[in-house]
Amino acid sequence: MVHQYKLNGYNIVIDTASGSVHSVDEVAYDIIEMYEQHSREEIVREMMARYGHREDVNEAEIEECLDDVAQLKEEGKLFSKDTYEGMAFDFKRTNTVIKALCLHVAHTCNLNCEYCFASQGKYHGERAIMTFEVGKRAIDFLVEHSGSRRNLEVDFFGGEPLMNWQVCKDIVAYARSIEKEKNKNFRFTLTTNGMLVDDEVIEFANREMHNVVLSLDGRKEVHDRLRRDYAGKGSYDVIVPKFQKFAEARGGKDYYMRGTFTHNNVDFTNDIFHMADLGFTELSMEPVVCDPSDPSALTEADLPKLFEQYEILAKDMLRRKREGKPITFYHYMIDLRNGPCIYKRISGCGSGTEYMAVTPWGELYPCHQFVGDEKYSMGNIWDGVTNEAVRDQFKNCNVYARPECKDCWAKLYCSGGCAANAYHATGSINGVYEYGCELFKKRMECAVMIQVAEEEEGI
Amino acid sequence: MKRIKTMETRDLNKSALNGGCGECQTSCQSACKTSCGVANQKCENAAK
Repeated sequence: MVHQYKLNGYNIVIDTASGSVHSVDEVAYDIIEMYEQHSREEIVREMMARYGHREDVNEAEIEECLDDVAQLKEEGKLFSKDTYEGMAFDFKRTNTVIKALCLHVAHTCNLNCEYCFASQGKYHGERAIMTFEVGKRAIDFLVEHSGSRRNLEVDFFGGEPLMNWQVCKDIVAYARSIEKEKNKNFRFTLTTNGMLVDDEVIEFANREMHNVVLSLDGRKEVHDRLRRDYAGKGSYDVIVPKFQKFAEARGGKDYYMRGTFTHNNVDFTNDIFHMADLGFTELSMEPVVCDPSDPSALTEADLPKLFEQYEILAKDMLRRKREGKPITFYHYMIDLRNGPCIYKRISGCGSGTEYMAVTPWGELYPCHQFVGDEKYSMGNIWDGVTNEAVRDQFKNCNVYARPECKDCWAKLYCSGGCAANAYHATGSINGVYEYGCELFKKRMECAVMIQVAEEEEGI
Repeated sequence: MKRIKTMETRDLNKSALNGGCGECQTSCQSACKTSCGVANQKCENAAK
């Protein structure tokens, strides 16, 4: 399957199954568009009709371009066949390794954000804090089920994990005490709203956390509209100076400023640029996940505006790079040369199989977004996965399990999308959250265009 | 090729032969937590 699009002056052709990307002129673009449906004679005739008036176009030139297309097809870089379907089901069925846990160390929060999918950290249940004993057992559970995988990921999540900071630190210390003996490499991530960040948190996180995810929605008025404390006071003024200090102190280690945009700020690039103005360079901005009846929910009418925003962002990132002041946007990160292998691309995020969430009580869920939905309770960290039916559902959940994805050019970039989003939108983890797909495809077009532009401009 | 520039990309078909080590980061864990994108993950297979 081939996907063609024009963006920012570039004509781009993506060959889905091989992952090949071509930057072409408009003649080649049209030739490729016609190639599989028309004879060479028809294509030559049509190209002469369209471009014959140009000095650089004659029949011999068009024949040469047709030969180039044929060569790329022969090399498996154009019109290549998708042969991965059987592999997708086999790979997930046979893979029993767990390599990542999201630890819900605090089902409570010191903010009362209106759009919170975790309902202010409580996940529609009681407020709770994870004990060290539960956290320690979670680490052991992960090690026991990780097979020969060396890199293991643990995210301190909530609610607000800094409300249970000592336990986070104790869990890190325990994991570090066993990782050499067990031949593991723990990578910890802290996701925080920033309210309780202080020098001690920064120092510890910079020593121990592979990544920190810092929640900031952008402009003060945007951030404070939804991210408020229980007294109704916006959190921007409290957290921004802390985050600036935190990000600067990372000293090259990973961090992301992670924002959420809603119907209230469809001009979200202004929030990304605001974060850049504050000195942050590693940026992530996600569309809100909420019920369509929620006033914050994105609407169909927002979609074209969001597409425009993604283009504005891509072009501005190129400008910043040319000027020597680049910023990173999480969804535009794409490594065409050394990116993920086909197994990663067909098996997806690993929720419910190699990635699970652990509640403060040690219950297992397929991922953080299913926590609190009892029918998705998978077992616990003492007895392991006891709800095999749920695990089997997730084992069979991949890009080829969704008929809607069959003819989608982006399927090997998104891997079929988020199971939780699909579930919330359609009632099935094998469904498709179409709105999210539209945004994802636009982001991938922009991400690939940036790669092409950087290559062509040599920046 | 005069009219076609091909970017250097990892051949996904070939990656079926030496991929699947599983050492790469879990997609959603790293920053988004509300979507799935695998394209932005780094390959950590030193033997590829």
